[in-house]
Amino acid sequence: MRETVISIKDITKRFGDFTAVNNMSFDVYKGEIFGFLGANGAGKTTAMRMLCGLSYPTSGSGIVAGYDVMNEGERIKRHIGYMSQRFSLYNDLTVWENMRLFAGIYGLSSKETQERSMDLLNELNFTSSKDALVGSLPLGWKQKLSFVIATIHDPEIIFLDEPTGGVDPITRRQFWEMIYKAADKGTTIFVTTHYMDEAEYCSRVSIMVDGVIKALDTPMCLKQQFGVQTIDEVFRILARDAKRGGQ
Amino acid sequence: MKSSFGSFVKKESLHILRDKRTMLVVMLIPVMLMILFGFAISTEVNNINIAVVANNRTDGVKDAVERMSQNEYFTFIGYVYPDQIDGILRSNKANAVIVFDDDYERKLSQIANGVPVPPIIQVVVDASNVNTAGMATAYLQNILLEHDSQQSFFDTRMLFNPQMKSAYNFVPGIMGLIFILVCAMMTSVSIVREKEMGTMEVLLVSPVRPVKIICAKMVPYFLISCIVLVLIMALAQYLLGIPMEGGVAGIFALSILYLVLSLSLGLLVSTIASTQIVALLVSAMVMMMPILMLSGMLFPIENLPVFFKVVSNIVPARWYIDAIRKMMIQGESIVAVWKNCAILLGMTVVILGVSLKKFNDKLE
Repeated sequence: MRETVISIKDITKRFGDFTAVNNMSFDVYKGEIFGFLGANGAGKTTAMRMLCGLSYPTSGSGIVAGYDVMNEGERIKRHIGYMSQRFSLYNDLTVWENMRLFAGIYGLSSKETQERSMDLLNELNFTSSKDALVGSLPLGWKQKLSFVIATIHDPEIIFLDEPTGGVDPITRRQFWEMIYKAADKGTTIFVTTHYMDEAEYCSRVSIMVDGVIKALDTPMCLKQQFGVQTIDEVFRILARDAKRGGQ
Repeated sequence: MKSSFGSFVKKESLHILRDKRTMLVVMLIPVMLMILFGFAISTEVNNINIAVVANNRTDGVKDAVERMSQNEYFTFIGYVYPDQIDGILRSNKANAVIVFDDDYERKLSQIANGVPVPPIIQVVVDASNVNTAGMATAYLQNILLEHDSQQSFFDTRMLFNPQMKSAYNFVPGIMGLIFILVCAMMTSVSIVREKEMGTMEVLLVSPVRPVKIICAKMVPYFLISCIVLVLIMALAQYLLGIPMEGGVAGIFALSILYLVLSLSLGLLVSTIASTQIVALLVSAMVMMMPILMLSGMLFPIENLPVFFKVVSNIVPARWYIDAIRKMMIQGESIVAVWKNCAILLGMTVVILGVSLKKFNDKLE
């Protein structure tokens, strides 16, 4: 039996009359790369916000990183890392200052900050650029830096919201190598993406349509189940009946 | 979580220090405004050129002209003929022309004997600048009257600002304006920038409470404003010689309250605006215009139409500028302006409350 780090049951989120997420249930296991797919407007962002402790579900129950999604959002936040689709470090601060800031936010002591930051920089071969302004780095480097900074406090789960948007294929490849490395160390990765080839790299993939999870399995099983060659085709079949959002 | 607050303050300070251009502007604008309003722009009327029309240049007329040209405000440019009046006013050679009655001296003595006569001096003024024209006629009447009647009816004393320096009037106004500029505009832009850049998203997912993020943002701007405050006070005291008899401590205390109020306004703007441009525009249009027009900085509130007079009550700068004026120039203590303090405090509480609530609501 594998250890679960996210376990949610019948989560629903309503905004007035609109049900953004309807009776969502799934488990995510430790060290797994969980792909969270869905067209725009399918409710991905709303679901992810609830898992990150940013908003509370209207009904349902669930545990993320050992804390209740219904009322322990603040505690959940301490145990997760987050990297958004938009580049989200400070361009006018240096690499080192960005690291120190986020280490400070997560309450690392100055000794821990020093050690952890040096380790991460070494891993990236970034040590020589530590005093460079982030704004002067190429986009690919920035994305990688964003990722390691999201892991600076050694979180149990990392949420990646379309992390590779606008990045060239080589950097995307390197980025996914980093994701694999983190997963090997036992960190759980929860990733949303619009690139269907990336979905193939995930341990398991869920596809959300109109606020409901329509499919959830390994990429291999999903392809077999729908009798197609790629996840892209699976996605198209499921998203065809989508009523909202759309494009 | 003390260390996370420290990290934030440090980060905000770095943002500001790295942005040298903005820093320079923030420090230079107050100095420039002080010098501009203190010296260059003044409502005092100087160097009014006067021409005189007098067919009979009797001793009485000469005496009046002599008195006038002795006055530092006026420059006597010479006698002209009546048909030249229009020309010299149009060509700006003269700002005003005085026309003496042909029978000036006889009629003057009649007046002295209490015999009513029609006016004996006509003043023709170029009123294209209303302010200059008004002041010039007032001065002229004073000078010519004083001379005519042997005894003066009025004993006028200018209290608080005996030299009638316009800088006295402007400095409190500049303070009211500049703190809104530095605090409200800069904090709102800096908060909205984080929203625009996407960094706010990451901060919100972190365990740091939003209130803490906001407070940490305010600290460096508050410090900068304090530096600007000291700068303005030093300039006011040593460069413009403003008395500040009401006590420097009181002025500082009230100014700090106003700083907090401005910061809260900035926060409020940042919850409404979603882009930096909008934040700038809102700050400029919604805050600067009322301060310039309705705070009593440039135009006395008593002269406003009733509608605007009522509206001016909700302009915080109005209450601040009024209180600072009283403290700096009339030498009142902070106790004497308690009403203004109470109003400003009330506004601060309301604005801060509303904006914190709005900020938190936005997150949901």
